Amino acid sequence: MRRYGLRTFALGYLVVILLAPVAVIFYRAFEHGFWPAWHAVTTPDAKHAFLLTIELALIAVPLNTVFGVIMALLIVRHRFPGVGFVNAVVDLPLALSPVVVGFSLLLLYGRQGWFGHWLIAHGYRVVFAMPGMVLATIFVSLPFVVREVVPVLREIGTDQEAAASTLGSSGWQTFRRITLPAIRWAVGYGVVLTTARALGEFGAVSVVSGRIVGQTETLTIHVQAAYEGFDLVGAYAASVVLALLAVATLVLMTLLKPKEETR
Amino acid sequence: MGIAARNVTKRFGDFTALDGVTVEVETGSLTALLGPSGSGKSTLLRVIAGLERPDAGTVLLDDRDVTGLPPQERGVGFVFQHYAAFKHMTVADNIAFGLTIRKRPKSEIRERVAELLALVQLSPFGDRYPAQLSGGQRQRMALARALAVEPSVLLLDEPFGALDARVRKELRVWLRRLHDQSKVTTVIVTHDQEEAMEVAERIVVMNEGRIEQEGGPQELYESPASEFVMSFVGPVNRLDGALVRPHDVEVAIEPNGATEEAMVERIVHLGFEVRVELVRADGAPLWAQLTRDQEQELELAEGQIVYVRPARATVFDH
Repeated sequence: MRRYGLRTFALGYLVVILLAPVAVIFYRAFEHGFWPAWHAVTTPDAKHAFLLTIELALIAVPLNTVFGVIMALLIVRHRFPGVGFVNAVVDLPLALSPVVVGFSLLLLYGRQGWFGHWLIAHGYRVVFAMPGMVLATIFVSLPFVVREVVPVLREIGTDQEAAASTLGSSGWQTFRRITLPAIRWAVGYGVVLTTARALGEFGAVSVVSGRIVGQTETLTIHVQAAYEGFDLVGAYAASVVLALLAVATLVLMTLLKPKEETR
Repeated sequence: MGIAARNVTKRFGDFTALDGVTVEVETGSLTALLGPSGSGKSTLLRVIAGLERPDAGTVLLDDRDVTGLPPQERGVGFVFQHYAAFKHMTVADNIAFGLTIRKRPKSEIRERVAELLALVQLSPFGDRYPAQLSGGQRQRMALARALAVEPSVLLLDEPFGALDARVRKELRVWLRRLHDQSKVTTVIVTHDQEEAMEVAERIVVMNEGRIEQEGGPQELYESPASEFVMSFVGPVNRLDGALVRPHDVEVAIEPNGATEEAMVERIVHLGFEVRVELVRADGAPLWAQLTRDQEQELELAEGQIVYVRPARATVFDH
């Protein structure tokens, strides 16, 4: 009996905390039928916001994936002074509020900022433009690949890599043929989390973007703007798009994962 | 000379794993590095393979100085205690790995892999994954993988250490036969003196980063250079400052001049061998190794008083 009690509790918790809010969004978006929602997400501004969000993710995710794998290799496979510091700093984006990240970027790259002054004098805009938003997105979505890959690298140990090297394999060949296949699921899961984070980012990007409609407005900012402008259907519909993107990412991952390796 | 390591020193932090070790291994021989854990035997093997960089000293393979070379340029085969199987590859792909890296033609690789699968008696298992093999099969696969690239030197790091006793014994015999056929210069690291004696024609005993003694199995057993070697290559009793092998303890029913009194505490039958555990008058324990026939002739019983005498004792200067 107690078992059922626990199950009911777990399910109830999920429904109340996770599913109900998402369900309400879907309900509200399509309350007046499909077409109002469709029109709301196909306005030029909404489409631009959608494409901008995808673009940011397409830049941030590959960079953080490559960086994450290199970082994980450094942390696990190399002994150097300061490795503990590196390991701790990687988690900074998880601990730091995105809004603070946004402001720190403003302080660095803004008109009065340390780098910003020089950059603007030489004709580069970082803040209130694409580069700043890319930096913010990369910052907040940085730890996920590292965090997924590090424990797996620890678990597989160095024997396989050592064996490959005695068999004539160079460092790069060993990485490609031995290490990468061994960590591929960790990398994949890290990529999913990174993507989800990049798509959903609001705080940091909101601060550095300047929220210029049709220019630096991402999908999350678009939701907020629509809501503030009493365009409730627009806000709900754009939210649905964000939710669908998240679901698509998860489904893609599940499809990529072959059945035999679910352990 | 197949392998020569000269004055090799290796430290890990404060710990000195190897302290100026010099070892030579003749081409085509099978040598065992024997010692307790922490004696430096595995480190020495890894230094030879290039998996560890020595702090001082040189390594020569077939008279070529390889000290500065990475493992992939040394032409060694290495077998790890825990197999180091490439889990995401089939058995055949595991074995083919070194050849694939060397970009040999596909047909040649296929032929060679089939040959090696037969050699290690895994022909039906080429398409399986390592996870579907037993420990002994996995280690045979690892051996085939190491042999595939025709290494000038084969290095085995406690290769049977993770296997159960029966499989271990089988693989020892099999390895010895394999070596007799292939004649690849081989070094096997082990902490099991029986394994070293059964497999190797030459044994290097190591302790605390140094070499205690080198020699053939019989030489080490019969004329150990130190107390450490004597007690490591076989069981010993301590008798009035001397070391005595249990099979050199003579047990008699009647006293006979030089004999000492002892009480039979326990008799353990191990098939052909019988272990007689004794306590001397002063309370010191002692055990004698008798054959079954000897024991039956003496008609020993637990609690009985007998008279013991070392047939052969060794005293080391400290």
